Amino acid sequence: MTQIRLTTPLNDDVVEKLRIGQRVLISGKIYTGRDAAHKRLVDLIDQGKELPFDPKGQIIYYVGPTPAKPGKVIGSCGPTTSYRMDPYAPKLYALGLKATIGKGRRSPEVIKAMKQYKGVYLAAIGGAAALIARCIKDAKVIAYPELGPEAIHELVVEDLPVIVVNDTLGGDLYDEGIKIYGVK
Amino acid sequence: MRTINTSVITENVARLCQEANFNLGHDVMEAFKKAQEEEISLTGKGILQDLIVNAEIACEEQAPMCQDTGYAVIFLELGQDVRIEGGDLYEAINEGVRKGYTEGYLRKSIVGHPLERKNTGDNTPAVIHTKIVPGDKLRIIVAPKGGGSENMSAIKMLRPADGVEGVKKFVIDTVKAAGPNPCPPIVVGVGIGGTFEKAAMLAKEALLRELGEKSKYPDIAKLEEELLSEINKLGIGPQGLGGKTTALGVHIEIYAAHIASLPVAVNLNCHAARHKEVTL
Repeated sequence: MTQIRLTTPLNDDVVEKLRIGQRVLISGKIYTGRDAAHKRLVDLIDQGKELPFDPKGQIIYYVGPTPAKPGKVIGSCGPTTSYRMDPYAPKLYALGLKATIGKGRRSPEVIKAMKQYKGVYLAAIGGAAALIARCIKDAKVIAYPELGPEAIHELVVEDLPVIVVNDTLGGDLYDEGIKIYGVK
Repeated sequence: MRTINTSVITENVARLCQEANFNLGHDVMEAFKKAQEEEISLTGKGILQDLIVNAEIACEEQAPMCQDTGYAVIFLELGQDVRIEGGDLYEAINEGVRKGYTEGYLRKSIVGHPLERKNTGDNTPAVIHTKIVPGDKLRIIVAPKGGGSENMSAIKMLRPADGVEGVKKFVIDTVKAAGPNPCPPIVVGVGIGGTFEKAAMLAKEALLRELGEKSKYPDIAKLEEELLSEINKLGIGPQGLGGKTTALGVHIEIYAAHIASLPVAVNLNCHAARHKEVTL
């Protein structure tokens, strides 16, 4: 299977070419964030305040890693279930966020926002957290350290493997998978 | 009367919290390999391969196989001829969780108040279920439960008239609604009968059974087989990206029911189905 290599930050041209089912290897800087961090980010947007990082062209990975063992960059860090971030995601795509990485279905509102603002949703393998950790070359907390596992990290990744689940055309690989493999 | 000191309990709980998170069960590894051979979706096959490699890395590095190292759910079977000495039994268990999660670099995922949501910082308190049994032993099972699959679980009070078809429909509907969220291929724990809370407990206990081990009741064993087959026809597949491996097993536990009631609980587990135990 062919794999596409992407390096962050991403622009519209690159993102618009992605199609559901494609395997993508991501390199460069990405940002982590999950429930509590998203709430804070969107509160800042609503108050017109500056965010701890500029989402334009960036990727947010929905993950709460385990603590790093001594001598390690990061602990295990597979994706968390994305639907909990659905209420917040459209506002971040509107600010130029190009992709989110997680696992599980997105709401119609998020899929609509991805079409409108040219963004994609990528799935990492849930549970494959020890394997994924090997793609992470550097990690530092850039905001909300008091949230513990929910703090926002800036990660430097190399060839992080993901699969395109929602593209800019509104495609959905979860629906397609069931159509192809479900017994009628 | 046999005596067990709480310090021994603390040490064992701490060890089991780590082992359950680092070492995939042999039964699950075998199920992965069998599923990988039989999976028709290439993406699905690749995912199962990655899960096998992930489990090998986790074991080798003694690192958590998943970053969600779970709620520490603990089952105790306490022999009635055992005397616990050295302090509070539940405090000893919580101390074991605290120690295991801290020393093992496991993620602390517990907030002390469900609405205020401030992290307790040490993954306590555990959820502890105690059964008093005959004998002079203490069996401790540690089953770290991740939020992704727990959130997709469901309970329903069916009418007795809904019968076995009603049960099947509810289980399949729950799996369908969960889709990719609980990290398929999943293990499906089902509790049928008892009361509202008993059904939920049965569903959770069903997850502790070794994969592939059938119910001791022939009719229930047949229902497990039928449900597994139906679920694997849904097409959800590994990680929900399509394929025939949606579940690795369906385990059902039953209990007596009231003439008016047919409670059914479905507790979903991710593919790792983590649990480790010791008998002291």
